[in-house]
Amino acid sequence: MKYDATITIALKEGMLDPEARAIQHALAALGFETEKLTTARLFRITLDAPDRDAAYAEAERMCERLLANPVIHRYTVEVTG
Amino acid sequence: MRFAVIQFGGSNCDRDTVYVLRDVCGVDTDLVWYKEGLKRPYDAVILPGGFSYGDYLRAGAIAARTPIMADVVRHDREGGLVLGICNGAQIGSESGLVPGTFTLNAYPKFVSRPVYLRVENTASPFTSLYRQGEVVRMPIAHKEGRYVAPPDVIERLFRENRVAFRFCDEHGRVTPESNPNGSMEGITGVLNSAGNVLLMMPHPERASEKVLGSESGRQIFNSMIAHIECRGSGNKISNGAES
Repeated sequence: MKYDATITIALKEGMLDPEARAIQHALAALGFETEKLTTARLFRITLDAPDRDAAYAEAERMCERLLANPVIHRYTVEVTG
Repeated sequence: MRFAVIQFGGSNCDRDTVYVLRDVCGVDTDLVWYKEGLKRPYDAVILPGGFSYGDYLRAGAIAARTPIMADVVRHDREGGLVLGICNGAQIGSESGLVPGTFTLNAYPKFVSRPVYLRVENTASPFTSLYRQGEVVRMPIAHKEGRYVAPPDVIERLFRENRVAFRFCDEHGRVTPESNPNGSMEGITGVLNSAGNVLLMMPHPERASEKVLGSESGRQIFNSMIAHIECRGSGNKISNGAES
């Protein structure tokens, strides 16, 4: 059975996000005042799994093994299909 | 005595490092393509600088998951010396050789210039030829070199004397202005708990000859050589302690 997993990797709360800060400054230079801006990285993965729970577990393993760095990142996984 | 320099796809300081080891320091050194694995015992393994896998995902993340890194971890556990330089430090931290990680600079651009470092530890196999508190000059060249770790880890690193180098000014003062990438406490050289692994962002191989403006980086390689000569080549210490 095919499932679509959407994995979002973001910095942990309180971690310095230099890229977000630069983007916020650039937006301000264009006249857009923002109160808060954070960045995240999104992965869309299609995979075969026996059921939805197994697809979810597999996507979580991908985060643990490679996609996220536990020192600085948190992640969320959503599975559809 | 034999050193290995591992060449990943995208390494670009591998040949400079081999040159310094062979021609400047006079030690037998193999350049090992990562797909070959570590086929023989080595006294020291060096993870050189570069842009392995184009820095995709995170600098060092993909190289850290290649099979040769399992060989490097085994070499570490058997007490062999491991030195990670720049991208090699990123690969080493992604492999869990030391705690913490090297991530995007606080000012998020590539910084390439000489910096001053203060030697914090002269008891390690990598720094024994320095004087405590000595100020040395080496180049940095990175965009993802800001050392980050949880506060309790930072505290432990200092308590266990595992900080090898901190960014400083020319007088040896560790200040925010002398910190080029926002590393926590200015830390840019970290030892594992057994002291046989050093990960650092500055490039000692680019500061190993007078013609390059600084020779102070060579002391790291010479310290390693002196350490191996002292303990006897191949007679590795046994540790197994966690990093």
